[in-house]
Amino acid sequence: MDIIASHGSMLVLIAAAVGFFMAYGIGANDVANAMGTSVGSKALTIKQAIIIAMIFEFAGAYLAGGEVTSTIRKGIIDAAPFADIPELMVLGMISALFAAGTWLLLASVLGWPVSTTHSIIGAIIGFALVAVGSEAIQWGKVAGIVGSWVVTPAISGFIAYLIFMSAQKLIFDTDKPLTNAKRFVPFYMGLAGFVMSLVTIKKGLKHIGINLGTFEGYALAIGIAVLIGLIGKVFIARMKMDPNADKQMQFNNVEKVFAVLMVLTACCMAFAHGSNDVANAIGPLAAVVNIVENNGEMAKKAELAWWILPLGGLGIVVGLAVLGKKVIKTIGEGITHLTPSRGFAAELAAASTVVIASGTGLPISTTQTLVGAVLGVGMARGIAALNMGVIRNIVVSWVITLPVGAALAIVIFYILRSVFGV
Amino acid sequence: MPSNAFLGVFAKSPIKPIEEHIKIVHQASESLIPFFEHVFKGEWTEADALRVNIRNLEREADALKREVRLQLPRGLFMPVERTDLLELITHQDKIANKAKDIAGRVVGREMVIPESIQNEFVAYLSRCVDATKQASKAINELDELLETGFRGREVVLVEKMLSELDAIEQDTDDMQIRIRQELRQVEADLNPVDVMFLYKIIEWVGELADIAERVGARLEVMLAR
Repeated sequence: MDIIASHGSMLVLIAAAVGFFMAYGIGANDVANAMGTSVGSKALTIKQAIIIAMIFEFAGAYLAGGEVTSTIRKGIIDAAPFADIPELMVLGMISALFAAGTWLLLASVLGWPVSTTHSIIGAIIGFALVAVGSEAIQWGKVAGIVGSWVVTPAISGFIAYLIFMSAQKLIFDTDKPLTNAKRFVPFYMGLAGFVMSLVTIKKGLKHIGINLGTFEGYALAIGIAVLIGLIGKVFIARMKMDPNADKQMQFNNVEKVFAVLMVLTACCMAFAHGSNDVANAIGPLAAVVNIVENNGEMAKKAELAWWILPLGGLGIVVGLAVLGKKVIKTIGEGITHLTPSRGFAAELAAASTVVIASGTGLPISTTQTLVGAVLGVGMARGIAALNMGVIRNIVVSWVITLPVGAALAIVIFYILRSVFGV
Repeated sequence: MPSNAFLGVFAKSPIKPIEEHIKIVHQASESLIPFFEHVFKGEWTEADALRVNIRNLEREADALKREVRLQLPRGLFMPVERTDLLELITHQDKIANKAKDIAGRVVGREMVIPESIQNEFVAYLSRCVDATKQASKAINELDELLETGFRGREVVLVEKMLSELDAIEQDTDDMQIRIRQELRQVEADLNPVDVMFLYKIIEWVGELADIAERVGARLEVMLAR
């Protein structure tokens, strides 16, 4: 108990530092996945992608990033056994952040596609195991996470399939694809805007003290969706089309229209990623801050300190600005025939799934939803070639990340314990 | 490549190289027209230059074919069957091989085409080249087919192209019968060995269209799944 009293502010500082380290890793790393399809389909340049990612990652983290935090903090492990030993909870959360951040860095260097979400969850489970034993872990919730390995890709794959097929029916498989693209793409824009704004309104705004009723919430979301659709329509109307480009099908021009949409889905994806993944860095940090501020009491309903969300958002943005460019730059060559229309279907589906899931508090991985969505478009025979070997590796990395994160956290936890003498 | 693993999900597309391949193959068969013009005039140096050109195109096509085959390891998830794609490019490649064989044989023997059948021969040859052109046109719809998920209107368009390819091939069959008959009229005045090879060349030129049709058939199989 006394180490919290005597070293409280230092513990918070350490936690903030490792939290920032973790967020930095997420920004430098995961963002390439989130923005990759936009850059790969040449709808955005690398520079544009980074600017969009910065703005919307931060907005997503700040506006819709609160919900998953509480799941990671309270859902995975039971706080009750820690009531008498809060210092272990503090050290454990710090070691979890440190372990996950290290694993993320190591995996990045080795080129393994690990899930940031799962590394932090694995790390939390790890320290809880050695700190109080397996009864502290809510195994039902862990089973839910394991279930999400199947469910999330399935959902986002299904949504991607539907979006792609609807674009086929409404635009590509018609007499006048270009006319129809101009007509329907604003609706897709509206849809993207609707999903984003609804989740922001329902889940995020309460963090900054705004509460809207259900009806007002939906009305506002629809209003924003209509507005975005109209802006999109104006943009598309002002686009210059090349009438000589493949007269018969006009697919090149149609893709140009989709490229406009792709900008919006890229925003969506960055927003979704920010809302979901920032929690990985700030969840444990928030737990540490709460315990220290309450002098070891574990408050039932913990308020999120005002500076925590911005810190996480900033970490992501800095990581992205410093290292993300390199990562995104490696994209482009060698990618399958990825056109804006295909990238859009995958990306909007993934973004919707992440945003919905982060609204319901299920800690899912962005990589999972993207893989699911890409597979969905592939199932619709829309992507020229997918490398199943890589997909298998990704799935394997989902599975091994949990135990590896746990093992690392245990090691770091013991080191921290001996350093602080508890 | 750190954290690019997700993007590794997207394998390199086999579709562009396949379109590229048939374009080269078609160029090779198309070059036979100027080639035979020189042959008719007995300009063997120019004809040989064109033969070398055709051979180079054939080599280029071979390299592309190999690249496509290497790009298609097991475990790729594609909108079309892996085996269909491999067979498609194998058949495509045969067009270039045939064009190379024709040019090589004609130059090698310095074959003289009797004046009386020259007009008929050019018409026949260019009709066969039409067939390879049509096949190339149909294959070039592959990326649009991908865009539409191999369904609907675009499939109908390609099927129309393929039935036109069939019609061209039938034309060449009829023309081949006629040109043989004309050759038979004059064969008594020619060197018998030359005549033998001439029949062979006529047959090979016809095969250009046959193979083009087979390429179309492979494409049709891909659409049927």
